[in-house]
Amino acid sequence: MEWIKPNINFDFVGKIKIAFSVSLAAILVSILSLIIHGGPNYGIDFAGGTLVQVKFQKGTDADKVRSSLAAIGMGDSVLQEFGARENNEYLIRTAESSDDLKGLSERIEESLSSAFGKGSFEVRRVEVVGPKVGRELAEKGILAMVLAWIAMLAYISWRFEFRYAVGGILALVHDIIITVGVFSVLNKEFTLVIVAALLTIIGYSINDTIVVYDRIRENVRKYPKQALAETINSSINQTLSRTILTSFTVVLVLIALLFFGGAVIFDFSFALLIGVIVGTYSSIFIASPIVLAWERARPAKKRKK
Amino acid sequence: MFQDIRLRTLIALAVCLVGLYFLIPSIVPNLPDSLKNLFMKRKIQLGLDLQGGMHLIMEVDSQKAMESTMERFANNLKESLMARKIKFRNVERTGDSLVSLDLSATETRSEFEKILSEQYPDLEVKSSEVVESRERVVLKVKDKRVDELRRAALEQSVETIRNRVDQFGVTEPEIVPQGDNRILIQLPGIKDPKRAVNLIGKTALLEFKLLDEENSLEQAMRGNIPTGDILARGVRLDERTGQRTELYYLLKEKTLLTGQNLEYAQVKISDRFGEPYVAIKFDAQGAKDFDRITSENVGRRLAIVLDGVVHSAPVIKERISGGEAQITGTFTTEEARDLAIVLRAGALPAPVKVLEQRTVGPSLGQDSIDKGIMATLIGFLLVVVFMVVYYRLSGLVANVAVLLNIILILGTMAAFQATLTLPGIAGIILVIGMAVDANVLIFERTREELRTGKTPRAAIDAGYDKAFLTILDSNVTTLLAAMFLFQFGTGPVKGFAVTLSVGIVASMFTAIFVTRIIFDYFAWKRKIKTISI
Repeated sequence: MEWIKPNINFDFVGKIKIAFSVSLAAILVSILSLIIHGGPNYGIDFAGGTLVQVKFQKGTDADKVRSSLAAIGMGDSVLQEFGARENNEYLIRTAESSDDLKGLSERIEESLSSAFGKGSFEVRRVEVVGPKVGRELAEKGILAMVLAWIAMLAYISWRFEFRYAVGGILALVHDIIITVGVFSVLNKEFTLVIVAALLTIIGYSINDTIVVYDRIRENVRKYPKQALAETINSSINQTLSRTILTSFTVVLVLIALLFFGGAVIFDFSFALLIGVIVGTYSSIFIASPIVLAWERARPAKKRKK
Repeated sequence: MFQDIRLRTLIALAVCLVGLYFLIPSIVPNLPDSLKNLFMKRKIQLGLDLQGGMHLIMEVDSQKAMESTMERFANNLKESLMARKIKFRNVERTGDSLVSLDLSATETRSEFEKILSEQYPDLEVKSSEVVESRERVVLKVKDKRVDELRRAALEQSVETIRNRVDQFGVTEPEIVPQGDNRILIQLPGIKDPKRAVNLIGKTALLEFKLLDEENSLEQAMRGNIPTGDILARGVRLDERTGQRTELYYLLKEKTLLTGQNLEYAQVKISDRFGEPYVAIKFDAQGAKDFDRITSENVGRRLAIVLDGVVHSAPVIKERISGGEAQITGTFTTEEARDLAIVLRAGALPAPVKVLEQRTVGPSLGQDSIDKGIMATLIGFLLVVVFMVVYYRLSGLVANVAVLLNIILILGTMAAFQATLTLPGIAGIILVIGMAVDANVLIFERTREELRTGKTPRAAIDAGYDKAFLTILDSNVTTLLAAMFLFQFGTGPVKGFAVTLSVGIVASMFTAIFVTRIIFDYFAWKRKIKTISI
């Protein structure tokens, strides 16, 4: 089977302006959404707070749960159905995390017991994070990401050239902003595992980009007289089949994970899916064109052999 | 690379067998005894999110720990000075980390310094001044010892918590210090998280203090607390209604005896009302002190204070020798049992605070395992079918590599007793998708080479050779990301970083080395004219 014909010669480089506009628009929407929402919708991992996951034995009205929470002065907590409706599972989230971290989940349990009867529900998960730990985790997450970028910048500069590294890293920043933006637009919760997903996206997207770079490097050596724009375009075309196929297999497994992995892992898989799609796009339309844009702004006098 | 197919086959088989060897104990739970001894005991550990359990991060209050250390120094210093017959006044802790005292005669200064250097290497004189023929000395902990003392408080806390958890009965708990003043606690399979937190987080500082019956409690509650006194809260249980009410006591601040001198603590049930209480017995020194305290204060009330809360304040009816006492109060049997545990395990050197608590119930863990396995199988099938459809026989070869890859990931994890978490399972699934990438790269390259009119053998050689550097460069960068992920993550996320990293490294071996053997075999030995690719 052959999806991408070998003689394909799509003019990717000619579409740079369109691609940059699309990306810029997506980034603007993402940033705008983040501004409107006042930053990402931080889960308790980062904001601190309490999360309780309860599974009721029978179908339960969300309003009844809500009113029993209001009875103990927790009316402002977020109640969310978790997973499929027939699971009768709810997440109760509150920003409250006093010094006395152990108290809150107990109060929730007691209140539910008196409203629905003891044993009519099961507390399946309790997470309590103090505000101090939340801040530290956020700092650590950002640090890890920045360090990963620097490490890649160094590695790609060493294996290729500095401008390639810059192109690759900018593409990564692009991927991360858009993924975070999608989460913000959908008002999805931003948790620890989402940061893990972002770091994975970084790893995946750069992998994709490197494959294209590698081909550019090879073609530059093979045809040193050819214009860079042409070399880049033919390199993207030559690796297109691989780029599409690999992304396809990864998307296949992510869809399996999304549909069969359960609610706990859903957001994680979702973030990866968005990231892989955006990452594949950026490897083609962002990373290499940036190298080209750099070349046009400041032509390298003599390209290295 | 290796020219000899037989040698390469042997290496591949050996790696595969080693992987299987480590993996078998993890996937075959009930090995017959005769086989069991053949294998290592090492297994893949399940993370708390899969087997259920509780993850806690506690913070030791370093300042309080320092205060109580200084308190102890002050008390010991008193005794040392008395033993040497040096006259002094007002030994006390001032601030969080200073001890001050007045030497009655300036001549004793040199002898005092001798005691200091002999018995208290941690302390040094911060300042001293002569006031009215008395010498006021302020002591502080030597700068370089401050960290060590803090460290010691942390280690003692870890030790105490470990003792408590052991008595509570948790299999394979993990209790380790983290950073300057934190303790990470992992309790797999815990049934009653509430109780566990109470048990672990209790300082359990048991103190005996006299009630101040001369001054008015009412006055004190209005804010006029006499010097040398403290106001303490207590709880009273109404036996008829079962309701708990709060009440206050005015206590002498001085602690007469602490739980440090306990020999044992046990739950007993009283004969009269059938209510639980904790029987305690002091060690030799404690019994002696208790004997003295009770004989000196017959007729007065002695408060039993646990973590600042008065449990009871019985009247001392007579001198008590033998060092046995009871803590009665307002407990359920379970509370009494936990109190006995914490008293036996000893007090924490300072209060601890829960910074983070994550509990996963066992049913959710099992759910996650089931769904994780399901998703892995489906993801695997989708990829395997796709590869065969797209690359035909060559796809089959790539699938062998993927299967081997999974065996190697799990085998390596078992060998290092790494922890598998739910995101870790996701990592394996992701690796399945990414592992075929190396083969896709090779196959696409081989197809390109075939199009230029090369023979199968030459095309395969060129495909592998040219794709190799690409695979290396792209995987190194992914591995870099995984490394930072590992550094960043806690528990479940770390598990993901582990499977991802192992998977990437293993995929280089399976997708490049192993598949090449198969292709070379057909190209060299069978001299095939066309490749099914």
